[in-house]
Amino acid sequence: MILAIKRLAFGYNGHRILSDINLNVEPGELLAILGPNGVGKTTLLKCINSIHSPNTGTILVEDRNVLKMKPNEIALSIGYVAQRCETSRLTVFDTVLMGRKPHIRWRVAERDMKVADSALQQLDLARLSLRYIDELSGGELQKVAIARALVQEPRLLLLDEPTSSLDLRNQINILSIIRKIVDNHRIAAVMTMHDLNSALRYADRYCFLKDGYVHAVCDRSTISADIIENVYGLPVSIHHIDNCPVIVPEDHFN
Amino acid sequence: MHFDHGQVPEEYQQYIGRKKLFILIVAIGLTAILVVAISLGATNISMSSVAKSLIGMATSVQTKIIVWNIRLPQALAAIVAGAGLAVAGAVMQSILRNPLGSPFTLGISHAAAFGAALSVMVLGGGVMTSSNVGAISITNPYITTASAFLFSIGTSLLIIGVTRTRGASPEVMILTGVALGAFFTAGTMFLQFFADDMQLAAMVFWTFGDTARATWTELGFISTVTVVCVLYFFGNSWNYNAIDAGDETAKSLGVRVGRVRMTGMLLASMLTAVIIAFLGIIGFVGLVVPHMVRRIIGSDHRFLLPACFLVGAVLLLVSDTVARLILAPNVLPVSVLTAFLGAPAFFWLIIRGGRR
Repeated sequence: MILAIKRLAFGYNGHRILSDINLNVEPGELLAILGPNGVGKTTLLKCINSIHSPNTGTILVEDRNVLKMKPNEIALSIGYVAQRCETSRLTVFDTVLMGRKPHIRWRVAERDMKVADSALQQLDLARLSLRYIDELSGGELQKVAIARALVQEPRLLLLDEPTSSLDLRNQINILSIIRKIVDNHRIAAVMTMHDLNSALRYADRYCFLKDGYVHAVCDRSTISADIIENVYGLPVSIHHIDNCPVIVPEDHFN
Repeated sequence: MHFDHGQVPEEYQQYIGRKKLFILIVAIGLTAILVVAISLGATNISMSSVAKSLIGMATSVQTKIIVWNIRLPQALAAIVAGAGLAVAGAVMQSILRNPLGSPFTLGISHAAAFGAALSVMVLGGGVMTSSNVGAISITNPYITTASAFLFSIGTSLLIIGVTRTRGASPEVMILTGVALGAFFTAGTMFLQFFADDMQLAAMVFWTFGDTARATWTELGFISTVTVVCVLYFFGNSWNYNAIDAGDETAKSLGVRVGRVRMTGMLLASMLTAVIIAFLGIIGFVGLVVPHMVRRIIGSDHRFLLPACFLVGAVLLLVSDTVARLILAPNVLPVSVLTAFLGAPAFFWLIIRGGRR
């Protein structure tokens, strides 16, 4: 098991956000965190890599307690792709090289550059190496951010709404890249999402959050219209196309 | 993870090579400009005599005195101040994630001016004499310097203190700086209103940043602080690159963002405070140079910071030399010139557009 979360709770200023979260993720597994806006999906991701400090509970990554690790140690085992990638006048190659930061002691080693180059090739970004990242399109920028997290050589990859601002083609491109990374490198990945149908197609399991609790964890065979209706408060029907469930929401606002 | 097939791309190495070449050329240019700058002035000295004198070969006594006692300290003061202010500005712009980060926007310069004014008025640092070039000077400069330094460093500590209680966000830092700047401007106006003619002249004179104020002792002190701070900044280049990518991304890369921001802010303020306290307020170098250099070699701090160091030095040395000569026999303080040059340079940067 790569990630094990036990009885995690988080809140601030007397505001409870997450309660009693228990989750496991295996190597080669992609878990999607789903749920309505403001339910704490992003907060959960940030708790996992210690950007937020949980009030109680433990988070184990490969049996080591993340809450007791130093920032650099965490960066060596957890990669994080933020929802928004800030840009500056830095080249694509240097941005990906930055992902080697936890490995760099005094100066950049040759291996650091080779790893960055390899990641760029794997994500089909090599031709953009010397472009400045403030000149890239949204889809390209997202790939660069994933490459940066990848060269950390993490065991666990966290992605915060990786497709939220992308067009259809780029959404599919990014999700299939994430799927491929998880399969090829046998790492674990956790991503938050809003697009249920993309999640159903690319993730292995789906964790639905409701009111700060885990409402249900299911897979393709166990997902039901009831779960989704309970979480989102909207009636849906589930159809199957090529063995993949497809969710069709009903318009009950009219 | 499988990353065994990567190569170090040749074009990337060439790209890095070009940046290093740029830095090298500016460094050589700086050395050349230093010799030219020393040779120019009320008494013209040939460049070969300057070069001979600098490397310790025999020259006339007059040349030696002019070079070593008058022009070299002033030129070196311009170099160190320009370099220090430019690097401090580049660091502040990065850690505050704001292109307007500079000693001016953070109220540090205003605090120094207030400290100097207070010293002139209350602590008796303002007994004035006229020196032979007709400028006014303050006879007890160390009290004024100490007071200016204490107020500017106190201001930065206050900014840091406020941000510690409210979380180290760039917005809080800048807003606190702006508020303190306004407060100290008001304080200076208050003092000036009640000052007599001589005190008022001393207060105003102090704010004109002037590299001629530095003697070898002061130069040694400013240089030491500059070297220590700049080495710390160079060592944190990757951290500043990561912070440019956003706080969360930086944290996920193992950067202790709050600590890097606080320490960087403290050292950049201290460096600025030392330079301002000894030489007076020299505007725009810290703001304009990083923007200029970023356009040329990008915002990778591994190269941006050394390049800012050198370009800042060149810019202030050239400005200082021009300021000495432009209205000869009158000598203009360099800050008047940088203020004039800085505004149009900044407009140009804005109008040429683009993001930082």
